Amino acid sequence: MINRVLLKAAAVLAAALLVPAVPAVAAGGGGPAGDPANVDVGNVASLQRGARHFMNYCSGCHSAKYVRYNQLGRDLGLTDQQLIDNLMFTAVKPTETIDIAMRPADAQRWFGQPPPDLSLITRARGVDYVYNFLRSFYVDPARPLGVNNLWLPNASMPHVLWSLQGLQRAVYEDVPGGAPKFVRFELERPGSMTPAEYDEFVRDIVNFLAYIGEPVKLQRESLGVLVIAFLLVFGVFAYLLKQEIWKDVR
Amino acid sequence: MSGARSPSYGAGKPGRGARFIEWVDERFPLSDLMREHVTEYYAAKNFNWWYVFGVLALVTLIIQLLTGIFLTMNYKPSADDAFASVEYIMREVEWGWLIRYMHSTGASMFFVVVYLHMFRGMMYGSYKAPRELLWVVGMLIYLALMAEAFMGYLLPWGQMSYWGAQVIVSLFGAVPVVGDALMEWIRGDYFISDITLNRFFALHVIAVPLALILLVVVHILALHTTGSLNPDGIEIKERKDANGVPLDGVAFHPYHTSKDLIAIIAFAIVFSAIVFFAPEMGGLFLEPPNFEPANMLKTPEHIAPVWYFTPFYAILRSVPSKGWGAFLMLAAIVLLFLLPWLDRCKVKSIRYRGFSFKLALGVFVVSFIALGYLGLMPATGLYVTLARLFTITYFAFFLLMPIYTAREKTRPVPERVVYHHD
Repeated sequence: MINRVLLKAAAVLAAALLVPAVPAVAAGGGGPAGDPANVDVGNVASLQRGARHFMNYCSGCHSAKYVRYNQLGRDLGLTDQQLIDNLMFTAVKPTETIDIAMRPADAQRWFGQPPPDLSLITRARGVDYVYNFLRSFYVDPARPLGVNNLWLPNASMPHVLWSLQGLQRAVYEDVPGGAPKFVRFELERPGSMTPAEYDEFVRDIVNFLAYIGEPVKLQRESLGVLVIAFLLVFGVFAYLLKQEIWKDVR
Repeated sequence: MSGARSPSYGAGKPGRGARFIEWVDERFPLSDLMREHVTEYYAAKNFNWWYVFGVLALVTLIIQLLTGIFLTMNYKPSADDAFASVEYIMREVEWGWLIRYMHSTGASMFFVVVYLHMFRGMMYGSYKAPRELLWVVGMLIYLALMAEAFMGYLLPWGQMSYWGAQVIVSLFGAVPVVGDALMEWIRGDYFISDITLNRFFALHVIAVPLALILLVVVHILALHTTGSLNPDGIEIKERKDANGVPLDGVAFHPYHTSKDLIAIIAFAIVFSAIVFFAPEMGGLFLEPPNFEPANMLKTPEHIAPVWYFTPFYAILRSVPSKGWGAFLMLAAIVLLFLLPWLDRCKVKSIRYRGFSFKLALGVFVVSFIALGYLGLMPATGLYVTLARLFTITYFAFFLLMPIYTAREKTRPVPERVVYHHD
């Protein structure tokens, strides 16, 4: 009876500790239902492609100021020369970080606000958010740059990838007595990629962003396995020691 | 057998080591202290696993102190550099990521073990006479821990650091008359600024840790004066053998230490699982908005304190008036201090207490956890209604305690502890 009370108390407390990740959802930006990004930071080929896409399409405006080129090279299996030839388009050294030339004051004038640094964007917003954000630009003549974004309404970012994705239109459905409901995107003008190719392209970028958000992720997980394995073995000996010490306590 | 006496130091033909201990003993009571607090400190043999959280809290304190020292070597307490220095630790400092994740995980795990430790005390009546002071000192540790965690959370200088601190500091504005002046005095500025960050750093790394360590020493001394209670709520000191050893007691070392070692390893496994596989704990231990640098011009959509403060935060928000909300929040903590005097029942352990107390404690646990959940959610609609309901049940547990414990139908308490040898 007593044990049952204790067990119940323990169960309640355990449940409390395992409260599902509520705030993560709350902080996700509350966009429309999107698709999962399904990224894998263990996929080095994808990271290499993502790095190339990032340096070609993003790094003109967005810095990743906590990321050093040569650390990138080390983790992505690239030599300094490969870095310089493929990823570094400005006169910087491999020991430097990924910065931009745009001055904040200019950015303020051109876009209304400086483009955010992307070092930690996936940790702040989640990979799914970034993945869907990059797929959700649509034509909106009311906006200064001609496009809007479903996931970040009135985004000040232009659709940098339009030549790849093409331009899409947002189709809304009237809701009686409410705001119109988004139904789907319709491709108005195709780009150089098919929708499936574009999704893969974006996935590689997001994977790369996930990697630069926490370069140590793969290392920590493999170390974690060893640490826990050691603790389990240690635990067996500790248990035997305790049994030995307690055996004559009646 | 009950209560093994361990051999005293220097027995038999003294070797070199024993002679050194003797030399020390003539100058410092080393062996006496070891005997009194370790090898001849007797605690009940029927401790269950609820009794490991005190030791685990001590382990966590040590983790926090050690990792904190190394973080301080690379962290820069300035509004311009703080956020970047944390990322520097995460990316550039050798093993910096491990040290930082251990510290951030340790902060949350500290509260996990302290809450379980406190709940153990409530279940088995560990706060009752003669352990009132032990409980009060423990509560002071809890208060110091809250201050330590709150100030530490500002240091990464992320969005949630900044706005969380803003919300909590603004609570002091609810103090009548001197509220605004008090807020300025705490911040050292008209808003949370570089100056605030600097002083919080000083308090976080020096002032509060010193207070914590001192309080922990006092807590352990108080414990060793009254002796540890046990799941049966029986004073083992009342029944001793011819040598003055409690019949139901076993020495802290090696008996309880060997048991604690298993608990420490189990704890280390859970701790490692979080550090290595889920350091953000789904946004509970490291909140996503805190990966954006503090921006005093941009308020996050949803400000939630870290999970260990949310029960009190939910109480705060359940009252429409900020002044009364802050008052209730304070009262929710003060009432915990008063537990030894609110509880009128003579029987200590829940094993022999009446249904009314078991029910009340159950209601308290549910209320506390529900408030913790609601504190994470936005303060709208049903969430507020529920928060009000659980605020009422939380307070009812304490305020009605003198009534429902006075006439409790208890069961007879055995003379000796219940112990099954396995």
